[in-house]
Amino acid sequence: MDLDYGPQYDAFRAEIRAFINAHRHLAPPSATRFSRPSAEAIRWQKLLIEHGYTARTIPAEYGGYGAAPDILKSRIIAEEFSRARLPSGLANQGISMLVPTLLELGTDEQKRRWIAATLTGEVVWCQGYSEPGAGSDLANLKTSARIENGEFVINGQKIWTSTAKQADMIFCLVRTELEASKHSGISYLIFSMDIPGIEVRPLKTMTGQAEFNETFFTNVRVPVDQIVGQRGQGWFVANATLGHERGMLGDPDALENRLQALIGLMQQESIGEGRAIDNAVLRDRLVALQAEVTAMKCNGMRILSNSLKGEPGGMAKLSVKLQSCEVAHQISALAIDAMGEMGILYHRSPRERDGGAWQWNYMFQLGLIIGGGTAQIQKNIIAERGLEMPREPKLARISDEAKGAAGMQTDRQGAA
Amino acid sequence: MDFGLSQDQQILRDAVARCLADTSPLEHVRECAGRDNPLSDTIFGALHDLAVPAMLVPEEHGGLGMTLLDAAVVAEQLAYAVTPAPFLASVVLAPIALSEAGTNKQKCQWLPKIARGEARIGVAISATVQARDGAGVQFAEGKLSGTALFCLDFEGADAYLVADAGGRLHLVPALASGLKATRLTTIDRTRSVGELSFAAVETDPLADDGGTASARLRDAGRVILAADSLGAGQAMIEKAVDYAGQREQFGRPIGSFQAVKHMCAEMAARHEPCRALVWYAAHVFDALPEDASLAACHAKSLTGDVHRFVARTATEVHGGMGFTDLLGLHYWFKRIGFDRQVLGGPEAVRAEAAALQGWTRAA
Repeated sequence: MDLDYGPQYDAFRAEIRAFINAHRHLAPPSATRFSRPSAEAIRWQKLLIEHGYTARTIPAEYGGYGAAPDILKSRIIAEEFSRARLPSGLANQGISMLVPTLLELGTDEQKRRWIAATLTGEVVWCQGYSEPGAGSDLANLKTSARIENGEFVINGQKIWTSTAKQADMIFCLVRTELEASKHSGISYLIFSMDIPGIEVRPLKTMTGQAEFNETFFTNVRVPVDQIVGQRGQGWFVANATLGHERGMLGDPDALENRLQALIGLMQQESIGEGRAIDNAVLRDRLVALQAEVTAMKCNGMRILSNSLKGEPGGMAKLSVKLQSCEVAHQISALAIDAMGEMGILYHRSPRERDGGAWQWNYMFQLGLIIGGGTAQIQKNIIAERGLEMPREPKLARISDEAKGAAGMQTDRQGAA
Repeated sequence: MDFGLSQDQQILRDAVARCLADTSPLEHVRECAGRDNPLSDTIFGALHDLAVPAMLVPEEHGGLGMTLLDAAVVAEQLAYAVTPAPFLASVVLAPIALSEAGTNKQKCQWLPKIARGEARIGVAISATVQARDGAGVQFAEGKLSGTALFCLDFEGADAYLVADAGGRLHLVPALASGLKATRLTTIDRTRSVGELSFAAVETDPLADDGGTASARLRDAGRVILAADSLGAGQAMIEKAVDYAGQREQFGRPIGSFQAVKHMCAEMAARHEPCRALVWYAAHVFDALPEDASLAACHAKSLTGDVHRFVARTATEVHGGMGFTDLLGLHYWFKRIGFDRQVLGGPEAVRAEAAALQGWTRAA
């Protein structure tokens, strides 16, 4: 056990701190997850790329910084920006999911055309994976693309397409081989959101906002070369990046920041003569959550060390999404309880705390428990891959007719 | 930067695991658990062959000068095999107390013997956490009076370390005049606990340090109990997963049903982050003492809660068999129950953690 990073890394940390001190005034206010990056945010992003604090290991020829992978340096960057409460660069689905996919499986032309523009925030992407009938069972997707005069002609519907309104482009899973089996008939296409026949309808959620959309495709025509990987390999192309999405949903620094905000809130909120934190029951829950967050931070360091040594993450890694989302949700729940009646204020009400963020988080984090692979799917993965428990026996194939007769409902669980 | 066990620690872990697989099979645990003194001399002898009693004794006193993380690695294995052997007080707490607050004479008298496995010291610091039933020991005019509850590694101890009302530690020989020792029987028949009554007993006090040493013992004890809980929880999860893979109902292994599978996944997902937390708490006890108390509180309270859930869920996965004595699953269940309560249950420990951070307003 050695918690020291060593002199080389201490120097690297000092360098980041100096950068932050010198440039803090240029940082954009923390952007909401769903908006198009502002001009300010794009300038900040470019500055960070130039210094190697984001897009660090992406080759320079594609617009990255081009450093050799160094997990510890990446970790130190994340720690320092989180500590300074500054955005450590853009975090959107184009950067976290499409760019790694193109780097791994894209053609050279695709890499040149899209990666740099995506990294700088000039091209914004949305993800077209989930459908009303294909949530947890994503491979059951029905949106089709037939070939006509050298073009794919796409028809169908996607759901949970966050940023579809703002996006320039979409990376989208469609069924191209109708006769092939479920997993091998899918292709991964990339195309513009301006093509005629695409309609985006906001999907209002329980939070009162439309963080997501439904996207409809009617005879949308896309040139056949706008495919990543081969026809019929889309499932495997997409799976290369689902892991990146789950990685995004388990960041222990984000948990720590929410916890610190909660501690601040509980020290400020007054109940009669005292403060919320003076209530023994609320305080007990706070310390319990602090222990959970500390455990997740230690677990994160353990995963980091495993990857440094080239060892698999094992159960420590498999449990992150399930546990982190649950702890995040409980942090918001305690904040609402600590506010008492003030906790119900929302929709920009007078006396509302923190712009209604706690209630919004409490609801949105429930969405995160469901999205990105539901908690139940996570438990299947933990049990079957982590504990090697027996799989569910495959059901006999049921015809669509019989399904209709039995009134079987398809899931609307989304991979946001 | 390496957050994990060193090569040496992994070798130690595996050696202890192999040793206990041979010396602490369930039949032997059952036999020990049926006795008034459950602590097994054969197991202690085997652990002595691995130099376990010398682990935390400083090198200048004939020990190995190892760390609390090393001890936590061993504790996890002891619990994994529900081992009825003295450890927490005699191997961990007593050497720490003597090294950190003992007089030179005390160190020279006791530490080499502890390292050689020739002396065992029970530890009674329960009243520094929560005094129950009016317990407490007063130190006046060189003598101890009063009662100390929940002395750990009680049976077979040659001496006891006892905290007085001010938190100062005292060394009292087991045969001291005026000392009455009474066995307490707990749910966990793999541990030995007792009560000590003092009627003006001559004492050999450790340093008058304002309770610093007894606070260190509390931290170390909590970390080792958390590690114990981790090992017992690990064993229960593995047993539940094995059982669910073998037991068939409705023509298939019950582990293929999501209801059962998800119980196992929930146990594993809550259990695994505890491991990193326990390692951290053990590491900072030696490496970053200013973080030690809070980390020990977190490790103790979180494992207490998580493994209570694991203990009941793993039992449920075993169905009716889990409820019987036949499988012996209850030995792990009870070990977890013991680990949760001793040196403060989760609520008591969290209250301390809040006070440490200045979150409790002075009344």
